[in-house]
Amino acid sequence: MSAVIDTAPATTSTAVPTSGTRAAWTLALPALMLFIGGVVIPLVMTIMLSFHDWGQYKGIEQVFILKNWREIASDPYYVEMFWRTFRLAVLATLITAVFGVPEAYILNRMSGPWKSFFLLVILGPLLISVVARTLGWALLFGGNNGLANKLLMSLGLITSPVRFMFTETGMVVALAHAMMPFMVLAVWTTLQRVDPQIENAAVSLGAGSLTVIGRIILPQIMPGVLSGAIIVFSLSASAFATPAIIGGRRLKVVATLAYDEFLNTLNWPLGAAIAVLLLVALVLIVVGSNALIERRYAEVFR
Amino acid sequence: MKRNGPLALAFHVLFVGFMLAPIVVVCLVAFTPEGFLSIPTSSFSLRWFKAIANYPEFVHAFWVSLWLGALSSFVTLLFAVPAALAIARYHFRGRDLLSALFLSPLMIPHVVLGIAFLRLFTAIGIGGTFLALLIAHVVVVFPFALRLTLAAAIGMDRSVEMAAISLGAGGWTLFRRVTLPLILPGIVSGWALAFIQSFDDLTMTIFLAAPGTETLPVRMFLYIQDNIDPLVTSVSASVIAITMIVLVLLDRFYGLDRVLAAKGDAGRQETP
Repeated sequence: MSAVIDTAPATTSTAVPTSGTRAAWTLALPALMLFIGGVVIPLVMTIMLSFHDWGQYKGIEQVFILKNWREIASDPYYVEMFWRTFRLAVLATLITAVFGVPEAYILNRMSGPWKSFFLLVILGPLLISVVARTLGWALLFGGNNGLANKLLMSLGLITSPVRFMFTETGMVVALAHAMMPFMVLAVWTTLQRVDPQIENAAVSLGAGSLTVIGRIILPQIMPGVLSGAIIVFSLSASAFATPAIIGGRRLKVVATLAYDEFLNTLNWPLGAAIAVLLLVALVLIVVGSNALIERRYAEVFR
Repeated sequence: MKRNGPLALAFHVLFVGFMLAPIVVVCLVAFTPEGFLSIPTSSFSLRWFKAIANYPEFVHAFWVSLWLGALSSFVTLLFAVPAALAIARYHFRGRDLLSALFLSPLMIPHVVLGIAFLRLFTAIGIGGTFLALLIAHVVVVFPFALRLTLAAAIGMDRSVEMAAISLGAGGWTLFRRVTLPLILPGIVSGWALAFIQSFDDLTMTIFLAAPGTETLPVRMFLYIQDNIDPLVTSVSASVIAITMIVLVLLDRFYGLDRVLAAKGDAGRQETP
């Protein structure tokens, strides 16, 4: 997915142009070797593995067949698994956008110390163990009289308990929580570049706050929302801990399915095919939407 | 700029509550005096923290995680610092491709990386060993170490180096006495962020860990799969506390906002 990462920093002022190419490669060589040995070769081996045969008694047979790929494409069990993963990722992305974008806007309008404090509170969970965070949701969801249900009922938002544990509803809520910081951060970063004078100008010309948000703010932060959405989508689609703990053993997603094939069924070639398909699908979706966004917002990215 | 209205503030309070709820609940339940999952109402008890000592699997997994995190983030710096200097200072053919490759672990799903590593390590016969975990973690935390080191190397004042060169310093002396001290804050925070990443990783590690080399997140995950009881909440609360301590240290050393930015825009499109 190299196309989406462009971290080559603007160093035109300090970098020594073209001279010292050999020095640069010498410095980068150890890391390059590490990545060839630690990323490129294992990935190629995994792709090859996905074409091998496997049987309960014969184990892995080093042949070249399309059996695993055909099985994933034709067996409704696997097709449903990929659809569920896609569905959950889309829903989690929508929820983070619907709640994360307004929150980033509100954060940005706070005064200095409050802004940095709450930014820390909202982004901090990123660095806290995902197992601990998901355990928290498992505790909140509980049974029918879990805390989450009690709270929602007392607020009058629902009349009868909602099943969260071992359901897609619960998985989406926990996933959205885990991904929320990425969306808030992406939008917040874009908001930093919005000139507040434009908002003031609109207000002085008589625009109401809804008009300002809809016609002034949103169009300017849209690239941030979309790049946040891409991060959230790709991380949700490959999430493991949250679906495994909240979804339980029966409600599987692609990542937990690959895990089961590798460590329980021991059908490594099939597991490898599932993993490679996940990788390829994500690369295509991420690179494709990045290209679309860049074309649509060419003036912003210039 | 206009201030937030009451409606916006109400939304904000609910949002923050949502973000903190699972973390707060874990920490509260960890202090329950009861033998079952409950939020302590009348009294707090440390019994479940003391109970961790009687469960050697957790204690052992904690030490594995600690060593793995400390070592892998140190080793990754040995690769990342020279690479960052190369990318920050030279324009050479393949530079963009190289930085894309170096950041690729951020974009490749960890489940795929876990499978790829498992395949490699089984093929070369070191599957399930600490060495295998170490190599995998060195690769996975590399982008985080690279980013913060790179930021420091780009922001560095080159004129100090020029002065040292004009005074006759060169090679190793120049690096050790001038360059290294100048980019040290970036290196230290790169180490700390890499440590947290390694310490928390579950998805990739679960493919590689064997009994004896299970890390804390792996042990916690496998435990939760069987049953959820107050013991695992007290372990989680301890992990949260350790993370908080590292975060406070990071904030003192470097500024947490910059670290979070490096972590948060995993694979994000950077606009030049």
